[in-house]
Amino acid sequence: MTEGLRTDRLNDSRSRWLPGYAVLVFAFLYLPIVVLIVYSFNGQSVGGFPPRGLTTHWYRVLASDDAMWDSVVNSLEVALAAVALALAFGLPAALALDRVSFPGKQIFRRLVLLPLILPGIITGLSLLMLFVAAGMKLSLLTITLGHGTALISVATTELFAGLQALDRAQEEASLDLGANYWQTFWRVTLPNLRLSIVGAALLIFTLSIDEIAVSFFLIGRSNTLPLEIWSRLRRGMTPEINAVSTLIFGFSLVTILVWYRLRVRGRAPAEEIA
Amino acid sequence: MYSRTYKAAVAIPPLAWVTGFLLVPYALLFAYSFWQVEAQQVVHHWNLGNYRELFHNPMYLEVLFRSMKIAGAVTALALLLGYPLAYYLSFCSRKKELLYQLVIVPLWVSYLVRAYAWKTILGSDGVLNTLLQYVHVVHHPVESLLYSPFAVVLTLTHIYTPFAFLPIYASLEHIPRRLVEASEDLGATPARTFARVILPLSLPGVLAGATFAFVLSLGDFLAPLLLGGPSGIMISNVVVSLFGAAYNWPLGAAISLSMLVLVVVLLSIVQRAERKLSFG
Repeated sequence: MTEGLRTDRLNDSRSRWLPGYAVLVFAFLYLPIVVLIVYSFNGQSVGGFPPRGLTTHWYRVLASDDAMWDSVVNSLEVALAAVALALAFGLPAALALDRVSFPGKQIFRRLVLLPLILPGIITGLSLLMLFVAAGMKLSLLTITLGHGTALISVATTELFAGLQALDRAQEEASLDLGANYWQTFWRVTLPNLRLSIVGAALLIFTLSIDEIAVSFFLIGRSNTLPLEIWSRLRRGMTPEINAVSTLIFGFSLVTILVWYRLRVRGRAPAEEIA
Repeated sequence: MYSRTYKAAVAIPPLAWVTGFLLVPYALLFAYSFWQVEAQQVVHHWNLGNYRELFHNPMYLEVLFRSMKIAGAVTALALLLGYPLAYYLSFCSRKKELLYQLVIVPLWVSYLVRAYAWKTILGSDGVLNTLLQYVHVVHHPVESLLYSPFAVVLTLTHIYTPFAFLPIYASLEHIPRRLVEASEDLGATPARTFARVILPLSLPGVLAGATFAFVLSLGDFLAPLLLGGPSGIMISNVVVSLFGAAYNWPLGAAISLSMLVLVVVLLSIVQRAERKLSFG
């Protein structure tokens, strides 16, 4: 009730320009996406106005473009492996930050989070130096190690937030009733963290799929999708890029909707109780 | 309540991994920045030559300065777009959940692809130029749109506005509504309520958003390569060329390390400011 009242009161003073401004900002955010989608169906290969001739030509070109699909498969493999790696180290890191005190904990926290805020180029270069020093050949493996390591930051942040919201009493009860740590972890901690884990995994997956600054330096012979797109952009513009991007955008939208539904469903029982 | 074994089991693997794959690489970057290249070979001859070169060659300082100017412009624009939008969503909109998702959605389109879309828009045969000619505003394409610092600023602003928006929105959402009501009940005008209550309480979010926008755009090298042209080159482009064709890893490492130090110093200043804001 008061919610509505308050909103109205603030509304009348600013209703003149603020909604219009918000619409303009949204227009700015969506303009390139609309252009992208429209011109993936454009008959001409350059993007003049107005768009001429509706065609699915670029989608057909894309369908038979093996190099592009290889890079999609590479990206999916790298992203899945990066999710596994980041979670495998991010979960214990979050547990350690939540419940263990050890010397250098603050430094550890900062170090883990550094790739999140540092420009990707610095992390990419540093890892390149490591792999060169170790005599490793650059390949999809080095990219995976790079993504996985950089994204431990995301896993740790998300899972740490999940742990902080967790009810410790359940774990205590489990331990008091005779379960060991391992059983408690699998049967109590992990199921309670389910939503944070899924959220972290989705976030890591999408960040890895789109990652380019770190990959740029760790690339071997096989390209990931962004690097494949990059190599083509350097050669010139082609609406095929618009077509593949439109498909990825559609796929991402579906993924968000699924995630959104999951979250809503995950939240619903708690709200019912409250 | 946790045993020693438990603590060791959760702390040691991530510590070991992070040491091997983050600490050692950053240390290598540090070491490289004091080495040098002789006859196309990196030699481990410790010296300050790279830093001397960096601070004495006006080219590097100029590019660094330009990158900071571009990042500063992007930050200012991202705040100018992001803050009112966040304010509108948080205080005036009845569909904030939906609109919030709408701000996030553009982040799901690949960074590269959005930069490329701006190239489609700004090019001399691009959407904007042909549109302007179509409606007879201009008769010849405006060439200066693409391949300029302007194109870089525009594209980076587009990419980092949601990053500035998110923490600002979060901080606005955390403001207790009764404070706003109290201010109004006590007779403050909406403008005064905004200036004295809402704005100060949202400053930590503004700081976080500004930091994201500044740091991320400062280190960017793809938008300048795609849309910047020679006048839009940024500091990371110099690093990329030093690690590629120019083959001078030590100098590249020195520039990267300077960037790293700049970012870390900036972050600690911001953190201190944030702490002061939330206590004062």
